[in-house]
Amino acid sequence: MVRTHRAKALKGAYLALVLAFLYIPIVIMIALSFNKSVSRAEWTGFTLDWYAKLFQSKQIMAALRVTLEVAVLATAVSTVIGTLGAIGMHAMNTGMANVLVNMSYLPMTTPDIVTGVSLMLMFVFTKVPMGKWTMLMAHIAFDTPYVLFSVMPKLRQMNPNLYEAALDLGCSPLQALYKVILPEISPGIVTGALLAFTMSLDDFVISYFTSNTDQNLAMIVYSAARRGVEPTMYALSTLMFVAIMALLLAVNRRSGLENM
Amino acid sequence: MKKTVVIALAAVLIVAIGVGVYFATRKPVEDRPAADTELTVYNWFDYIDPEVLNLFTEQTGIKVNYVNFTQNEDMYAKLEAGAGTYDVVFPSEYMIERLIKEERLEELNLENIPNLANVLDNLRDPSYDPGNAHSVPYMWGTLGILYNTEKVSEPITSWRCLFDEQYKGQVFMMNSLRDTIGLGLKTLGYSMNTRSADELREACDLLVKQKQDGMVAGNFVDETKDKMVAGEAALAVIYSGDALYAMEKNDKLAYAVPEEGSNIWVDGMCIPKGTQHKEAAETFINFMCQPEIAQMNMDYIYYSSPIKQVVENLDEEQAANGALNPPQDVIARCEYYNDISDAMDLYEGIWMEIRMAR
Repeated sequence: MVRTHRAKALKGAYLALVLAFLYIPIVIMIALSFNKSVSRAEWTGFTLDWYAKLFQSKQIMAALRVTLEVAVLATAVSTVIGTLGAIGMHAMNTGMANVLVNMSYLPMTTPDIVTGVSLMLMFVFTKVPMGKWTMLMAHIAFDTPYVLFSVMPKLRQMNPNLYEAALDLGCSPLQALYKVILPEISPGIVTGALLAFTMSLDDFVISYFTSNTDQNLAMIVYSAARRGVEPTMYALSTLMFVAIMALLLAVNRRSGLENM
Repeated sequence: MKKTVVIALAAVLIVAIGVGVYFATRKPVEDRPAADTELTVYNWFDYIDPEVLNLFTEQTGIKVNYVNFTQNEDMYAKLEAGAGTYDVVFPSEYMIERLIKEERLEELNLENIPNLANVLDNLRDPSYDPGNAHSVPYMWGTLGILYNTEKVSEPITSWRCLFDEQYKGQVFMMNSLRDTIGLGLKTLGYSMNTRSADELREACDLLVKQKQDGMVAGNFVDETKDKMVAGEAALAVIYSGDALYAMEKNDKLAYAVPEEGSNIWVDGMCIPKGTQHKEAAETFINFMCQPEIAQMNMDYIYYSSPIKQVVENLDEEQAANGALNPPQDVIARCEYYNDISDAMDLYEGIWMEIRMAR
């Protein structure tokens, strides 16, 4: 009896410790974003001023626009490419498909800095002016595998005879695609799109190397560190954290529903 | 259900195509008429009053895209990779010297920058850029010691205080090669730009011993000011601009430039090679040197402005503030960093030794 109690307490304490390490810094940052004082050493009262200041800053609002434009477009394009790619790979013979799957894994596991620098070199080499558009291309490149690997399992779960049945019942191949296959794998597509959007929203390293003239929010936070981190940056980081958490919750809820 | 999915997918596609077409058909920047010029200004974050940029666009019709870097070295890398992207950059003096050496900067047409005459005499025609051929000072200051008056017993006047036993574990040093080794050299009475291996060896031993004695509480650059505001140490090596920031937020802090002498830093305005808008960039630099504009920037950033009229306009309290308005005798005992690329291996070896010291 005593032993199981102790084990339970130990487990609980361990879990609490891990969670504390993960979340206390973020909680402190969120708290400081409401602090009246600029200094992080003292709490002088509650205020929303930093949030107001945030929305008045032209530069930060411009960065928000860039972030959203890039994230939305990158998500749309990579969702299409990723979904079609997954369907194509699913239809291939196993050997070829395996090669392609592994090749698509690679960009996900490559460190961001390597991806970023090599993309930068490519853009420099091809003399493409680096701005929002090169950033978008880079985002599409690293978003696509996330869609691909969200859609692939759905295709594997699908009854392989469905497509042929649809053809037998009079569908053209295209009709079979959008009337049968797409609806069947749509949960995977949506999960992949949400993941891609999240990745795009908070990317710093790759964006930093692939854009010279346009800055996203993550780049603003980084460059602001130089001249004293003002609480506006805590406010900005808090909002980004909340937005990404909301998206991740949505993703998890979706995959939770699917597994039921 | 199936229909909604199809419709949703179709909608996504249509939006994507629509947005693509919208951006693709927008005229690229180069095709626009000159009046619609956009300058890309590459500067430190929050280092120009946003109102100044609005005024500039209002008066000249030239738009400004304000982009930021965090360190001179970041800026250098980006400049190398993205030639032609930036129209005005704001490097520090040692980086200006390096960029000039590597021929990465345009020669300024000073006829377009008559306001250069407003710059303080001692900052004009500097050793890092003779005749201001490539740069115009924007902000400047010194390297010194920020100290907490409640945690020190005597006036801080010397770099020696950083090596004094009584402040064991109470000293923040810089995490930057030039400043750290430079102050070590100055403590011993040598130039911050020495190339002598013996002098550098002596400085290295001094700084290694400081670390081994447990004097140093940490090596930072940007974090120092916030840590000093929070009262985490007695002494810190710091740039005067950061010292002003910290002293505003904690009135127990004070700033001193040691008697052995120190460094004068200057952030200048330069035009990198490859720009398509050289004249507009010169207009911009000239605009920044207008007294009322420089005043706005000083009030906003609270660093020392090199513009004479602004200095003359300082109120009594500001004029007496050594961090904001370095007195003549301080300027006289300070020196610029020169580009020491040819001795860099020596410096880097020593820097590594200091960093690894336990």
